[in-house]
Amino acid sequence: MTEVLHELLRGSLDHCVKCTICETACPVSNVTPLFPGPKYVGPQAERYRVDDEPSVEWSVDYCSGCGICTQVCPQGVKIAEINALARQRVKQQRGVPLRDRVITRPTVLGRVGTPVARLANASLRSRPLRTVMERVIGVHRDAPVPQFAGRTFRSWARRHESPRRVRKVIYFHGCGTEYYEPDVGEKTVAVLEHNGFQVEIPKQGCCGLPLQSNGLFDDARKYVLRLARALAPHARDGALIVGNATSCTLMLKREAREILGLAADPDLKFVSERTYDVCELLLEQHDRGELKTDMRPVEETVAYHAPCQQQGHWIGKPALDLLALVPGLEVQELDARCCGIAGTYGLKREKYDIAMATGADLFRQIRDSRADLVACDSETCRWQIEHATEAPSVHPIELLHRAYGL
Amino acid sequence: MRPTLHYDAVVVGAGVAGLTAAARLAESGARACVLAKGVGSTHLAAGTVDVLGYDPDRVEAPADALPAFVAARPEHPYALVGVESIGAALEWFAERIERGPQPGYRYVGSLERNHLLPTAVGAARPSALVPETMAAGDVRAAQPVCAVGLRPLRDFHASLCAANIARSGVEARGVELPFEADRPDENALGLARRFEDPAVRRAFAERLRAQLREGERVALPAVLGVRDPHAAWSDLESLLGRPVFEIPTPPPSVPGMRVFEALRAAVRAAGGRIVMGAEVVGAEREGDRVTALHAHTSGRDTTYAARWVVLATGGFASGALALGSDWVVRESVLGLPVRGAPGPGEPRFSADYFGDQPMARAGIAVDGAQRAEGSENVLVAGAALPGAEPWREGSGEGISLASGHRAAEVVRAEEGLAAAA
Repeated sequence: MTEVLHELLRGSLDHCVKCTICETACPVSNVTPLFPGPKYVGPQAERYRVDDEPSVEWSVDYCSGCGICTQVCPQGVKIAEINALARQRVKQQRGVPLRDRVITRPTVLGRVGTPVARLANASLRSRPLRTVMERVIGVHRDAPVPQFAGRTFRSWARRHESPRRVRKVIYFHGCGTEYYEPDVGEKTVAVLEHNGFQVEIPKQGCCGLPLQSNGLFDDARKYVLRLARALAPHARDGALIVGNATSCTLMLKREAREILGLAADPDLKFVSERTYDVCELLLEQHDRGELKTDMRPVEETVAYHAPCQQQGHWIGKPALDLLALVPGLEVQELDARCCGIAGTYGLKREKYDIAMATGADLFRQIRDSRADLVACDSETCRWQIEHATEAPSVHPIELLHRAYGL
Repeated sequence: MRPTLHYDAVVVGAGVAGLTAAARLAESGARACVLAKGVGSTHLAAGTVDVLGYDPDRVEAPADALPAFVAARPEHPYALVGVESIGAALEWFAERIERGPQPGYRYVGSLERNHLLPTAVGAARPSALVPETMAAGDVRAAQPVCAVGLRPLRDFHASLCAANIARSGVEARGVELPFEADRPDENALGLARRFEDPAVRRAFAERLRAQLREGERVALPAVLGVRDPHAAWSDLESLLGRPVFEIPTPPPSVPGMRVFEALRAAVRAAGGRIVMGAEVVGAEREGDRVTALHAHTSGRDTTYAARWVVLATGGFASGALALGSDWVVRESVLGLPVRGAPGPGEPRFSADYFGDQPMARAGIAVDGAQRAEGSENVLVAGAALPGAEPWREGSGEGISLASGHRAAEVVRAEEGLAAAA
């Protein structure tokens, strides 16, 4: 089955008419010659890749996996997916460095770091230690690594009792919420409950996205299937699955099925079809006239950045429509493509500078906007934005939470 | 079926026709949403608005030629939209560019007189409305031309271009300049990003000045910035002390990208939504009405209910029309009836690439209000319309713009919406 699906992805390259639209949109190739662009390494080079033979080119490792090329392609070529498979083969042939095996396991890092959060955070802020870390394992000394919250979201969730309601959603919080931003999870739950949902929070783990984008496909499959098996039983009665980590919900919706070749797995298929980005769900509520609009004014200017992975849902920018409902809030849409971080990409010693250059356009727009804060649906993008611009950043749901006065 | 999003109008396609219709609808107060599988043809086109270039001889003034042109072709898109609507659409477009995200950038020209501008190979191309950055390129003007190539850009050969410009009767020569780029070969967009930087422009002007002769105007490939082309262009003109003009390049087209960004901004400024990546894969119908579209989105399809659908999906090149091995032309999105395809035994193609190509005249069958046959709330705009030969007429952008604009007018009239701002 895996092979059949990969052949489908690969077969789409014959639709490439070399129009270069993907290359106009690629945020990486536009800032570094090390990545010659999605068309070159994708539909073009793919014709020369033969299983079990050395890769004909290695630059695909510099693709950040943002997925914009697939989104803009007018001919339906699965460029990003073809390149994800190619990157995995390159990694297999060259070997995956220890660093990429470590930074791709947020649940392991979270479990180790949370009990010793103060020490861990201080170490991650320590210049000398980060320099050592850069030399020894190759995580760039300046890269925006998050700070452990020192408590898990689950520890809150275990104590939290959601009021019983007719409509129920299953909350998929992701690792960022679990170990670094439990408050975002609490606010997401509060906003959902305020809008009449009973929120069930099953025990869950990592979706495997970081492993997948680093070419560790076997491990990624284990993680995402384990997650699908954890979520599916809770949704059997018709409840939707909703998440605030937009790249992780995209992993469940589409990427794992396409890139990891898991389209046939029944649990993952079931979960995929029922998974919602939280803003997507709330916009549909609003469309039905069921979203509460008892909002008080939030007198601020916010600049909104839609992360690449959010755009990969192919649902437009529902956060913008929701933020437009908040009285007093002035929302500016940023149209720069990418912040550069791409999950773990911008953490790497050899890629940090590229990631910062990729995001430069966005950072400039944020500075020019003079906004009080930045709204963005992905946690790693928010960390990168804060690192580069020092502008405070929030998930759009946090602004709704404030407007509702919860 | 999944929960549904409701709109007054859903526009399918994000080229000039689709974005124009969506912006105009949103400006009239309609809840409008664009669904697009990917970026449209803007990035591949020259960025000029060609309304009517040949009939079959070269047209000097489209305004004079259009009445007879449409009278002879009652099925042509221009006959449907009406000659008077074309001018209104052009005016609307020029205003949106001026209000757009590129400060000071504007289009010049009208239906009264075509510009005659060189293409990348130096052929003369008649266009009604062109970016200010191209206007000085008219090959009918006497001022000698120095076409300047940039070594990393392999899509523009200055000497070839100049030799062909000279055939139009104006003195022209080509020079190639080295240009510091990140790669040995760089596309137009990569260079355009460099030209946003005033220091790069200054260094370039310095190097170029030594090569120029007294009285020459300067032709450059269209690489003078995406975000702020007006600044890049006027800066170079003053640094060089002479007219400078851009010549559109093969894709990626920087002037085309500027158009996309300006129209996208117009849609957004008026409150319209744009959903990229969402391919429309099906529809729900009630009698003669399409009530909803199904878009392929990650994880599952999403339903977009719509009172009106504007189909601006393009022609064969975009996959909106498909020719089967049975020689039947099919409309790919909604399976609408097609008109204009050659029948059995009739000639389908000709060996002359730019000549009469009967198959390419096929399009979605519509009535005089651009309404698709059998679907009373589906309007068609742009290259999906039948009866045109844009490659021979020099009419592609004019058709897209005028029919996109008109589709919005039809909805506006039927819905009793306010006149657009």
